Parts: sequence; C-alpha cells; structure tokens
Amino acid sequence: MSEPLLRPAHREGTRVLDAEMIRRALVRIAHEILERNKDSQKLALVGIHSRGYFLAQRLAREIEGIEKHPVLVGALDITLYRDDLSMIAPHPIVRSTDIAFDLTHVDVILIDDVLFTGRTIRAALNAINDLGRPKTIQLAVLIDRGHRELPIRADYVGKNLPTRLSERVEVYLNERDGKEEVAIEPQVTATDVPL
Amino acid sequence: MSPMTTMPPMAKTAQWMKKDLLGLRELSAEEIGLILETAQSFKEVSLRPIKKVPALRGKTVVNLFFEPSTRTRTSFELAAKRLSADIVNISPQGSSLAKGETVLDTVKNLEALKVDIFVIRHAAAGVPHRVAQRTSACVINAGDGAHEHPTQALLDLFTIHEKKGRIEGLNVSIIGDISHSRVARSNIWGLTKLGAKVTVCGPPPLIPTQIESLGVSVTYRIEEAIKDADVLMLLRIQHERQEAKLVPSLREYRLRYGIDQGRLSFAKPGILIMHPGPVNRGVEIDSAVADGPYSVILDQVTNGLAVRMAVLYLVSGATRMDLTEGPAP
Repeated sequence: MSEPLLRPAHREGTRVLDAEMIRRALVRIAHEILERNKDSQKLALVGIHSRGYFLAQRLAREIEGIEKHPVLVGALDITLYRDDLSMIAPHPIVRSTDIAFDLTHVDVILIDDVLFTGRTIRAALNAINDLGRPKTIQLAVLIDRGHRELPIRADYVGKNLPTRLSERVEVYLNERDGKEEVAIEPQVTATDVPL
Repeated sequence: MSPMTTMPPMAKTAQWMKKDLLGLRELSAEEIGLILETAQSFKEVSLRPIKKVPALRGKTVVNLFFEPSTRTRTSFELAAKRLSADIVNISPQGSSLAKGETVLDTVKNLEALKVDIFVIRHAAAGVPHRVAQRTSACVINAGDGAHEHPTQALLDLFTIHEKKGRIEGLNVSIIGDISHSRVARSNIWGLTKLGAKVTVCGPPPLIPTQIESLGVSVTYRIEEAIKDADVLMLLRIQHERQEAKLVPSLREYRLRYGIDQGRLSFAKPGILIMHPGPVNRGVEIDSAVADGPYSVILDQVTNGLAVRMAVLYLVSGATRMDLTEGPAP
C-alpha cells in the first residue's frame, strides 16, 4: 500500500525512536547479522564516521555477548571519496580511517546511522575497495529514510522511516550528543548537504 | 596503525578559507591546528596497500621550483599523486625562464593551461605572495628566500605533537644559521602561536639583531640551548656561509655548535633531535646523533608527505568559494 498523500507534518523535532527502541533495534540487527553470516569469526564491523562508528562498536558488543569472541571493528571516513568534493567549499574536515586489520576474505558489515541518497554508501564502497577485497560487504543502518539516488539498499534496517525530502532526520547518540534518540525535523538548513 | 590518536580539539571551530598557504605568520593557531589535524587523517592513507585517494581527481598541480630541491619537490609530487591530482614539475633549467621570461609571465601562461595549484620555491622572499595576488589559482609557498617555508614548519609541528603529545609549554631550541633560515622563521611563528617557548642559538653573526621581537630568547652558548630543551631543531650550515666569512670554518662551527653525544649528556631525557635536511654529517650533527634514538629526522620526512597532502586538500577546497551558491538556474 502506498504512503498516504497527505501525511501530518512532523512538528519541530518529533521523536521517532527513543533510547530503548534504538537498543532493541541494534539487538535485533546483531541477531540478523549472525543469522545471515554463519562464521562469525570472519565478521568485521566497519562504521562510517562518526555515528556509524559508534553504532558499529555497540553492535560489536552485542555480537561478542552472543558469540563469546571478539569482533573486529573499524572506522571509515568517506570524505575523500565524496562525489561532490569539487563542488563544496571549504572542503569538509577529514577524519581518520582506522581499520587495523586486513579486509580481504572477511564479511564486512558496513554501518551508518541514516541511509538517504545512498551517496555516502557509494563512497564507502569505493573506500573499502582501496583497502582490500572483502568476501562480502553488507549494509546495516539504524534508519532508512528513503529517497535513494543510487541503486543501493540496506541488508539490515533498524527502522524504515518514510520522510519528505525537505525533512531532516537527526540521530543523537550518547557517545557524541549526550542524548539518545532519533528525531525528524521539518526544515533542511543551508548547511545540511545531504550525502 | 595507532588507535585513533587525535589532535587536540583546537580545530573544532576552524574552517579553511584561504586559497593560498604563504606563511605561518598570517595563520591563526586554529588554522594551524586544522592543518595538523587534517594531516593526522592523511597519514593513514600512505599506510594502505593502495596509497591513493580520489580527493583531488581532475585537479592540476604545478611544482614551480626556481631553486634546487629534491626532498620538498618530491614530497609535494607524491602528495599530489596520492590525492589523484595531476602534477607537472617545472624548473628554470630548460624552461622559458632560462630565455628571460618573468615569473609572472610563466605563471600566467601556466594558468592559461588551467592549473589549479602552484607550488612555488624561489630564492627571493615574497615571490609566492606576489604570484598569489595575480592568480586565481592556489599558491603554496615551498620556500621563499630567507622568509618562510610553511610546510616545513608544519611538518615539524606535526612531528613534535606526534612524539610529545603537545606543543604548548615545550622548550624548543633552534640552532644554527638563524639569519638565513626560512625554516627557522616559519617555525618561530608556528611554535610561538601554539605556545612553545623558543630559544635560538648560533654564532653571533648568524643571529639577527632584534630577533627577540619575534618572542624568542637568544643564547650564543650551545649548553644553554640544550639544557632545558624538549626539542632541538638543527639547521643546515651552508658552505656559502663559510665563504662569506660568517663562520670561521665548518670545523670551528662543529666544535662550538655541533651536536654530538657528549653534548647530549646535558639534555633532558626524551629530547627530540630534528633537522630539516639535507644533513651535513659531522658539521651541525654527528652521525651517531643523526642515526641515534632521539633523532626523528626520518619521521619528519614521512610526516611531511601527510602535511602536504593536507595543505593541498585544504587550499584546493577554498578556490571554489565563489561557486558555493551553485550555478544560476
């Protein structure tokens, strides 16, 4: 069934997930990852800076709790692979890619907070390609808000969230934002370059 | 790979808005911090199996070196290549400069070929500044006369921060020919802006009068310079200085100011020995020290690449400022 044509506009900062819902979504995703990947020793969780990396660390803790062995976790910065780099000024701050293990032959779970246009994931796939040749790359996101501009889909989704293009989805995580929620905000500001 | 070592949060609010990097004198501490923090991220690229990122794909860099250079030129060349930029090397020998073309005409001609970034070294102070005013391309100063050599100072700052975890409050002694050294000048600007305490030391004819006005202390005694130093920054003594009678002989210089293991016995434990290269072994530094445990000379070279990648990345982002509004519909 298609989305109703007239959906009530989200008010300023409508909360769509609270801390407990985020936690449960991650627990479910951890189980889904293990269901799909029989050999959990070969898993590597790669989070996209910044919130994807925090989610990767949390998923790793969940998986370690279930499987009783450590899971590889890395951080990926995709800035240098953005397709709009020559169009944005000043250039965005580059953060460190920190993947201290070989990606070849492992099952990489790429993790981001929000899946939107798919351009970040395209950049991440190219970045991973320069770091090694994983056996598989799968995508886990906390929120899928639609509006894809590239043929990309997620393998694991915390919550599908139909949005308008003009709306903004904000993920707040304790590690960085001092609070824990996902909210929809009505306006896209000039500084909010979707990628 | 080190686990997420990060620079201090000094760059949190900084944004790079300059199309040129001409010297450290005109940079704020935040801007210097932003370059160092960006370089931290770029260092990892050179440790990858595929040492290349597509960030500057389609950009053209010209290395315009009017003075001989191997280290700096190669470092810029590799930095550009690892960012996927195209780079052309031009030296005065065998170019139209040898036929009497002026620097500005050379630049204008290259600009007509749609060059994005000029990396310029020249024996005369101020040439990169003059070029920067006349071109819409980015200009990076790779050394102008005895004036500034910003990327060298930035890589020195990066190396100090990497090894010591901080710059503020450190005692840094710069030893050698301060008068003719653009490395010393850029480092004095950078170090003092970041809160280090700088002492310069060398033979009196090679120490400029009123150098204290830059916020540094002066000593002519090497023991004084070593005693409290966390970092010793040695400069190359050029053979021309001997000919100009500014030092009696290289042997005399070595006896008075050369760093050997005996002199290091006065030093604090964990002192860093730095040198911008090329090293005159047996003059300003003994081989045992240059190759010894305190020497970070080769780390400086490695870090220079990351710093130059960061600088190329940042300046090239500032060029299209006029286009940020987007094309008219």
